[in-house]
Amino acid sequence: MADGALANVKHIVLVLSGKGGVGKSTVTTELALSLVEQGKRVGVLDVDLTGPSVPRMFGVDGAQVHQASTGWVPVYTDETKRLGIMSIGFLLQNKDDAVVWRGPKKNAMIRQFLQDVAWGDLDYLLIDTPPGTSDEHISVAEYLKEYNPDGAVIVTTPQAVSLADVRKELNFCRKVKIPILGVVENMSGFVCPHCAECSDIFSKGGGEAMATEFNVDFLGRVPIDPGLTTLIEADGGSFVDRFTQSALYPIFKKITAKVVANCGDEVIES
Amino acid sequence: MASDKPEDAPEHCPGTESELAGKADSCAGCPNQAICASTPKVVDPAIPLINERMANVKHKILVLSGKGGVGKSTFTTNLSFALSLDESVQVGVMDVDVCGPSLPRMTGLDGEQIHQSNTGWSPVYVSDNVAVMSVGFMLQNPDDAVIWRGPKKNGIIKQFLKDVDWGELDYLVVDTPPGTSDEHLSVVQYLKESGIDGAVIITTPQEMSLQDVRKEINFCRKVKIPIIGVVENMSGFVCPKCTKESAIFAPSTGGAKKMAEEMKVPFLGAIPLDPRIGKSCDYGESFLDQYPDSPAHAAYMRVIDQIKAYVA
Repeated sequence: MADGALANVKHIVLVLSGKGGVGKSTVTTELALSLVEQGKRVGVLDVDLTGPSVPRMFGVDGAQVHQASTGWVPVYTDETKRLGIMSIGFLLQNKDDAVVWRGPKKNAMIRQFLQDVAWGDLDYLLIDTPPGTSDEHISVAEYLKEYNPDGAVIVTTPQAVSLADVRKELNFCRKVKIPILGVVENMSGFVCPHCAECSDIFSKGGGEAMATEFNVDFLGRVPIDPGLTTLIEADGGSFVDRFTQSALYPIFKKITAKVVANCGDEVIES
Repeated sequence: MASDKPEDAPEHCPGTESELAGKADSCAGCPNQAICASTPKVVDPAIPLINERMANVKHKILVLSGKGGVGKSTFTTNLSFALSLDESVQVGVMDVDVCGPSLPRMTGLDGEQIHQSNTGWSPVYVSDNVAVMSVGFMLQNPDDAVIWRGPKKNGIIKQFLKDVDWGELDYLVVDTPPGTSDEHLSVVQYLKESGIDGAVIITTPQEMSLQDVRKEINFCRKVKIPIIGVVENMSGFVCPKCTKESAIFAPSTGGAKKMAEEMKVPFLGAIPLDPRIGKSCDYGESFLDQYPDSPAHAAYMRVIDQIKAYVA
């Protein structure tokens, strides 16, 4: 039975990691933008309540959420309305206010986000999560059960300390029966812009080895791009416009193609 | 937003845990007034036990960040090792990151188990004067996910404070997960009476981190934890081949130093990215011992000296 706000969402993809700071929000953003480039209608739901990064990623920090008769209206990145965002970041009076909530209140907010946002017709809903395997993750898994999410993209950095946490996340997915669409190894190698020497700052290859070990797809390796921060945070224009010019775009095109294929959707060659 | 004011409480609600709950002037008209006034205020029996254990701890330092992956656990490990260089100083390290306990691996104690004795749980000793406690030591299989909601996480944190026989400690360093949620509230609540010396807040230079860290600073102010200062981690990378510096996490809004000035908190220093730091963590080795010539080493020691001076 698929009723309610998510009834017209074709594919639901979670972006997870056991580890903090590996680039979940960044990968969610890059996936969303790649999907939009392919002509898909995309929604991004940010359930990281204490550290909501998604609004800033899309250059819509400070936007307000409106209510319509059908529910909360997501914040759209432009007039075409092909990319809608929802985050607690939009609901804070002052964006430096800490959201100091225990589990039950977080769960209630997540339920509202899943039930009360008027997403409309979407090809993909991407759900960005905080690190860990706690209230937010348990709640999302529970509330999404009836909608049969396509699965989870797992993000890691290559080093052992990250992999240790991400293996737990893979086991979490197995336990709550969320299919694993694949693993992205982020921050994998840094090419010095001065001399082109590649340094493995956070080691290399661990993500791929772990994907093989867990018998899940390896979606790709994303190097550290020092221009990424500037691309996201520069004044004028937006990441949305600049992303297709970035060095990471071809890499994400391939990753997105694999995710789309694993969701049983058609890959559009552009 | 305080944790014990209900959704429908009036503006000046004293809080459901307060002695004035239900009895203050501002309670008039609140739908919860009768409940608050009639519920007896029960003191958590664990608190006196926690106070007893903590009476043997001279200084308690929290390592916080709003943001994940900025290097809290790495910093905690290096801080603890540095504090313990004086062999007469006893250091306890408590890992309250229940879902992602990194400290066992970083301190080279992967696979160790904790033991029970008649005085409580024994923490695991890295060396004679550094002891670690983490959920990581309690897992059957290190890949097992700890899928716990808030109340269960709070329970283990309470046990870490109440049941672990730390002995006499000069420092208890507490590593936390990212965010401002159950774990943070619980640590603050349980240590309210015995007191926290202060918090060290870790960030990386880019605005994406700073925006979460400002929230963490406001959290500390709200729950009245003194802020020892902010550390900017991963601050620039020096290429091992050409030795030119690149900003991997560009400080597009002025970095942590500017944020610290704006938020009026001390800036303790910047630590550069050295790939050997991550490798040391992966192998459970002490970066400070292995690589004394690294610029990161000097940066660490400058920050740590300020922390020692603050708590002294």
